Amino acid sequence: MAPVTPALAAEIREKRYARARGANSHVALAGLSLEVAAGEFVALVGPSGCGKTTFLNIVAGLDRDFAGEVQLALRPDGRPARVGYVFQEPRLLPWRTVYENIALVLPTHRADAVARDMLKAVGLPQAQDLYPPQLSVGMSRRVAIARAFAIEPDLLLMDEPFVSLDHDTVEQLRNLLLKLWTARPTTVLFVTHDMREALVLADRLVLLSGTPGHVVADVPVSLARNRRHGGAEIERLRDEILRRHRELIGAAATATPVE
Amino acid sequence: MSAATTAQRASSWIAASSVAQRLGSVALFILVWQVVADAVHSRMLPSASAVFVVLAEECVHGPLLFHLGVTLARVAVAFVVAMVIGTAIGIVMGRSRTVDALFDSWLVLLLNLPALVIIVLAYVWFGLTEAAAIGAVAVNKIPNTAVTLREGARALDRSYSDMAASFHVGRWRTLRHVILPQLYPYVFAASRSGLALVWKIVLIVELLGRSNGVGFEIQLYFQQFDVTHILAYSIAFMVVIQLIEWMILQPLERRASAWRQ
Repeated sequence: MAPVTPALAAEIREKRYARARGANSHVALAGLSLEVAAGEFVALVGPSGCGKTTFLNIVAGLDRDFAGEVQLALRPDGRPARVGYVFQEPRLLPWRTVYENIALVLPTHRADAVARDMLKAVGLPQAQDLYPPQLSVGMSRRVAIARAFAIEPDLLLMDEPFVSLDHDTVEQLRNLLLKLWTARPTTVLFVTHDMREALVLADRLVLLSGTPGHVVADVPVSLARNRRHGGAEIERLRDEILRRHRELIGAAATATPVE
Repeated sequence: MSAATTAQRASSWIAASSVAQRLGSVALFILVWQVVADAVHSRMLPSASAVFVVLAEECVHGPLLFHLGVTLARVAVAFVVAMVIGTAIGIVMGRSRTVDALFDSWLVLLLNLPALVIIVLAYVWFGLTEAAAIGAVAVNKIPNTAVTLREGARALDRSYSDMAASFHVGRWRTLRHVILPQLYPYVFAASRSGLALVWKIVLIVELLGRSNGVGFEIQLYFQQFDVTHILAYSIAFMVVIQLIEWMILQPLERRASAWRQ
């Protein structure tokens, strides 16, 4: 039997940001290792500033200036893995329509069908000719999610995609994300500072602490997704995790502001 | 619905009234010119009516349209060459500190080199040829465009490039959809000042080393002290350049910034 290769295997020995004028540089990540199995939904939880975004940028290949290795499993056809990225800000091109923003990341011959299909899937078929500045915040996030799913990613990176939204919108977007993920299964690495959000969404929580950022705990979430809506269960799991990892309490308390 | 039509009507009314204002202003200028010329009554200041009569005659029977066409062709080629090369240089210098550090002084030097010197040197080194003429005009405009576009390239938003890179949007598509749209305001700024600069320099190039074009004609009439013809040629050319600005550059700019509304 062939060994199962993880979808993502990352081993960051050190990521250092140089400071200007040769003053001592700042170590953002040190000894951070993480493996994610294919199809797994992993939430990376940690306080602001613990290097979560830095880590995602390294995985996405945007930042190559680090010591360590990042390996993404090849696709079945032997080609490199496709990575979809939902940034903290939607990062839609304001000078292109919603439709064009999605078509941009697709090969030309499939762009039209897939873009239309994805807009339907996120409930925005009527918005295709609008420009991003005309969209509400929630709609922009939907388009960003549609764009990321459009490329049929082998790995989907999400960097706190639901921050600074009102409660109802967040709820809708989380449900949308789970719906899309169920219909289009893929490996997800979801960064958040909100442990409740992580518990609602993920199969597994990887708790980070800074500085420099490293993995503190790795917690599987066995609760079935359809039982996670109540809130009481989530609170219980959250308390349990915080009790077991007392070093996180300070961070979690400061990092989970009023929702 | 009705509010929209009202707004439309109002905005078209405003546009119409601003056109009327402009025409009124031009008419006033011509009137003042006519009155002053009649009062002075000198061969050195022909009246507006005399100039327009010559202009019409030259258009119909004279070679004005031919020379106008020749000059416009030179303007077009020099303008395009200067914009393309200047934009490329500006983008590279805006993106790379090393290149910028290496060539910034060259740019400053070129910016401060008088147009006349560039033209004379071009003719001396490359002969009185069409290529030397157009090249000299382009070289005059290139540093200008490069400096403007360098500003634009420095202001490029990294987050969009990162987005394109993470989604593996190819180089050409990234340039077309991500980079250039951010540079359009700078390209248009460079175009507007470029057109104004290029057509003036083309006239000098023609005066010094070409045997056709509006600049060449103006030189002929200068030798004859024929102010009427000089003004007729100038007006014809100014009108054409203004039409290019109104009918090509401005609509293009409006289209490129349509998403802002």
